[in-house]
Amino acid sequence: MTVVSLDTPRNRGFWKRQTVRRFMSNRLAVFGVVMILLLTLACIVLPWLLPFSETYINMAARHLPPFQQVDHLFGTDPIGRDTLARLLVAGRISLSIGFSAMVVSMVIGVCVGLVAGFYGGVVGASLMRFVDAMLCFPSIFLILAISALTSPTIPGIVLLIAATSWMEVARVVEAQTRSLKSRDYAIAALAYGAGKSRIMTREILPNAIAPIIVAATLNVANAILAESYISFLGFGIQPPTPSWGNMLNNAQTYLTSAPWLAIIPGIAITLAVTSFNFLGDGLRDALDPRADQ
Amino acid sequence: MLIIVSMIGFAILHLAPGGPMSQYASDGSMTQADLDRVAESLGLNRPLPVQYGEWLWRMVQGDWGISYRDRQPVLHIIASHLGATLELMLSATLIAVFLGVAIGTLGAIRRYSLFDSLATVGAMIALSIPTFWFGLVIIYVFSVGLGWLPSGNRYTIGDGSFWNRIHHLIGPSLVLGLVSTAIWSRYMRSSMLDVINQDYIRTARAKGVSEFRIITRHAMRNALLPMITIAGIQIPSLLSGALVTETVFTWPGMGRLFLDSISYRDYPVVMGVLMFSAVLVLLASLLADILYSVADPRISRNS
Repeated sequence: MTVVSLDTPRNRGFWKRQTVRRFMSNRLAVFGVVMILLLTLACIVLPWLLPFSETYINMAARHLPPFQQVDHLFGTDPIGRDTLARLLVAGRISLSIGFSAMVVSMVIGVCVGLVAGFYGGVVGASLMRFVDAMLCFPSIFLILAISALTSPTIPGIVLLIAATSWMEVARVVEAQTRSLKSRDYAIAALAYGAGKSRIMTREILPNAIAPIIVAATLNVANAILAESYISFLGFGIQPPTPSWGNMLNNAQTYLTSAPWLAIIPGIAITLAVTSFNFLGDGLRDALDPRADQ
Repeated sequence: MLIIVSMIGFAILHLAPGGPMSQYASDGSMTQADLDRVAESLGLNRPLPVQYGEWLWRMVQGDWGISYRDRQPVLHIIASHLGATLELMLSATLIAVFLGVAIGTLGAIRRYSLFDSLATVGAMIALSIPTFWFGLVIIYVFSVGLGWLPSGNRYTIGDGSFWNRIHHLIGPSLVLGLVSTAIWSRYMRSSMLDVINQDYIRTARAKGVSEFRIITRHAMRNALLPMITIAGIQIPSLLSGALVTETVFTWPGMGRLFLDSISYRDYPVVMGVLMFSAVLVLLASLLADILYSVADPRISRNS
């Protein structure tokens, strides 16, 4: 006689002590978490503590190299704005865009993946075909084309980035859903009369959460990068609002006379994106030890 | 598949506010009657499905429209910029393949060694560096600082010699190749690890084949097979990277063409480049699949 457990697994491997321990033993992942927290905190709190706002123009100290004056620690730009203040305010924008674009893209990706995986058949196939077709377009080309035609505001940019980055998530969720929907507990739920949406959200989704969380973390990294690309090219966040990408926009002009203008925001982007990538990688190893080879 | 791709492209550019007429609409000297006449002459006043159908039919025939800006056929303009982009992508891929395969293989052989850990961290950082910023750094160090490399363009005007071109190609290919190198090294490492524990490697060892020969002849040949697919998958990100690299290095390729056309709202060219790159991606992945099944007889073509 076989004993079949019809309970939805409670132990989802997410807050298990073992998982946490595995994660904490990954030094890079811990570095990522600490860096993300520090960066976020600095961007939120520090602008209030600085002597200059990000738009204040100090005519007496234009083009100032970094580490020359205590009150302009990272120097100033050609019109005398404080680089550190701009960097931190830009960080608020870039990080929040990265985060909100991730949330929107996860919602789209999870919904499409769940529906496609659960219903399968014509609906599933056509949805996944659409996903494949979207993946054919190099994402920067798509984002640029639309943002140039619409000159979007910040929420518009978030939507744009999300609209071009949900496909990978949809694929992951679709594959998970397809395999989870035939598990005993999902069939049992169907047998006792649970509705389809209830099975999707209460039985399948919680058990597919691990790869979703990993994808979400990596999506933040890619969204921050995407924002910096389009702002660098001049089609993203418009000045005077600073973002890490548009701070680099005219830095190329001053590459010989003021290289710090190009170097500092670039380090900030790289640091933030690397941290999220480390975190995502660490989460993947911690949540699914078999994936590590 | 191509049909879905073309529908997405068409829908995006037509439904976006601004649309194909925005260039004329923002011109104050044009009256509504003028606008209507322009729309009619360009065929923009008919229902969307009709426009789509005709547009698709013309695309298939090779008529991709006329550029609004310089009145040249779109396909002709794309073709004149394609060479520069392909040249850049090819040399970047060559760098990525050589470096990536070497780093990945070494990492797999000396697994968990210092080199392996450094390569892992390095790959992760390489994936996180914004391409344009890395380009600026390369220009700053090698052009502004050391004066070794030119800071842009495909060749010095008046000097189109082979070495001059190569000299100009080094910087942008390094920049574009960085991300691909990271990806290649990661995949190569895991593919190599899969192969290295197989029975035929153990057999070769037992026969007394030298370690170097085992790696280069027995293991690498098999580990490289799945890399064919990786090359196909990378085309979209390579194209995106090329756009940014071309901007930084003022490289006269398709990416710059795209960007310029966007600034001028040269709608047929934007549409053309978008479609062209999507088709390129589609063909590349198809080609990779076919090559893979040819190269690896274990994969049957109808599975």
